[in-house]
Amino acid sequence: MSHKVIIPIGPYHPLQEEPEYFRLYVEGEKVVDIDIVIGYMHRGIEELSEHKHFDQVPFLVERICGICSTSHPLAYVNAMEDLAGIEVPERALYIRTIIAELERIHSHLLWLGLAGHFIGYNTVWMWAWKYREPVLDIFEMITGNRNHYAMMKVGGVRRDIIDDDIPELKKTLDELIPAVNMFKGAVMDDPVIQARLKGIGILNRQQAIDWCVVGPTARASGVNIDIRRDDPYAAYDKVSWNVIVEKEGDIFAKTKVRILELYECIGIIRQCLNKMPKGAFDADIKEIPPGEGIGRVEAPRGECFHYVKSDGTNRPIRHKIRAPSYVNVASNKVACVGGTISDAAITLAAVDPCYCCTERVAVLKKVDNKKILNGWDLIKLSQEKTAQLKEGLRDGKSG
Amino acid sequence: MNIKLKSLTKSIWVFHAACSPCNNCDIEILDLLTPRHDLERLGMVLVGSVRHADALLVTGVPNYKTRERLKMLYAQAPKPCLVLAIGSCACGRIMFKDSYNSPCPVDEVVPVDVYIPGCPPKPEAIIAGVAKLIAKIEKAA
Repeated sequence: MSHKVIIPIGPYHPLQEEPEYFRLYVEGEKVVDIDIVIGYMHRGIEELSEHKHFDQVPFLVERICGICSTSHPLAYVNAMEDLAGIEVPERALYIRTIIAELERIHSHLLWLGLAGHFIGYNTVWMWAWKYREPVLDIFEMITGNRNHYAMMKVGGVRRDIIDDDIPELKKTLDELIPAVNMFKGAVMDDPVIQARLKGIGILNRQQAIDWCVVGPTARASGVNIDIRRDDPYAAYDKVSWNVIVEKEGDIFAKTKVRILELYECIGIIRQCLNKMPKGAFDADIKEIPPGEGIGRVEAPRGECFHYVKSDGTNRPIRHKIRAPSYVNVASNKVACVGGTISDAAITLAAVDPCYCCTERVAVLKKVDNKKILNGWDLIKLSQEKTAQLKEGLRDGKSG
Repeated sequence: MNIKLKSLTKSIWVFHAACSPCNNCDIEILDLLTPRHDLERLGMVLVGSVRHADALLVTGVPNYKTRERLKMLYAQAPKPCLVLAIGSCACGRIMFKDSYNSPCPVDEVVPVDVYIPGCPPKPEAIIAGVAKLIAKIEKAA
């Protein structure tokens, strides 16, 4: 008879930076089931957003996640522009594209480094993060901060990219190409990395569709989706680039998609810098009318969705956020099962999980006479039952 | 001279406790270990278990779930344990102070030795904070 053992990982563990709790059910070395418990990062951002002015919300949604700190504000401003029908100046669209793509470069390099760390290649970690630093320097130069750029604004961007900064930006991109070439060679031709990543954590095309995964996770499984192409926002319809799709669905394919996307990002930024027109970078907005709008953005991890509802006042009355990791993390249930414990670390990290993006909460509305019990109510019920039993026993003895 | 405190000034091993942050402070902490800043040259090592740690790096605003975990982590750490609150969230909760899921700031859960503000603080700021902490201990020891 098989013997099932539960291996608890977390919530504070060296595997990932954020607190989350995995329960691995194993038989011998084989993982047969997995539970993912989240909720350690919930901060109530949707509710906070309903108490902020429309112009303050980008700063708040920026702090949903430090790695996608352009994707969330960009999705929000897209939703607001959809709601109010705002025409955004063309220069602002190009600047948004440049910032979003720079963010994708730093995010993919960050993942590459962490993935290298998880499989024991600390050199890959150190080198990937070393080449990530110039990208952060570029951010500091053009936006004023290494992370949390605060560039997005309803109707445009907050800062212009001045002409004096452009040669430096181009130089950094040129220097990044040899580094990416090096990674491509070092990671893709290394026999040990191939043996470690090929055929591990497979999510095939049908499973990818069934579990609704998005972004590089879906593209590595042969699902050809990319919001940048399918529903263009910012200036993505004005530049040419390729969507990288791989068929295998294993971790090697996910790595390959992310490395090859780096070249596309660099290409997009170069085209934007050349095509960027002169002129205004901010539209003049008088007021936000009542209505609702949606914004979709291809974050480094996949589709990021924001829904905003306005009633004509200066605050959103509903702000719904759906982050890409929310669906990608759930697909671990398929990818992890069947593998060994030693592969679980890299499989759990392969979707590039971002738990702070994920943690939203659903509030149940009380319907008529149905009663909803929370933890305290259940404890109270249990204590009452014990008290009743005690009472009964005492009566029985005395009687 | 307090030998326990004196020994902390040489090589601090740190454990990283993320209490519902936005990840940025955590990434800047990891960034410290990579070639540009390379904190290991100053003797600081990130360890996998709080039982090996001399200092706790706390980031973010504790919510109801992580508040209890943070208390447990601090109880498990060998004493004296230094606590560094990294980032504006850990220092003063900034925009999350009105949130329904943010019961208290970090310094009401565990005693904080050094506050490093910034959103996120630059790696240089974190190094400066640690250097000031070491100077503070040397004075006390």
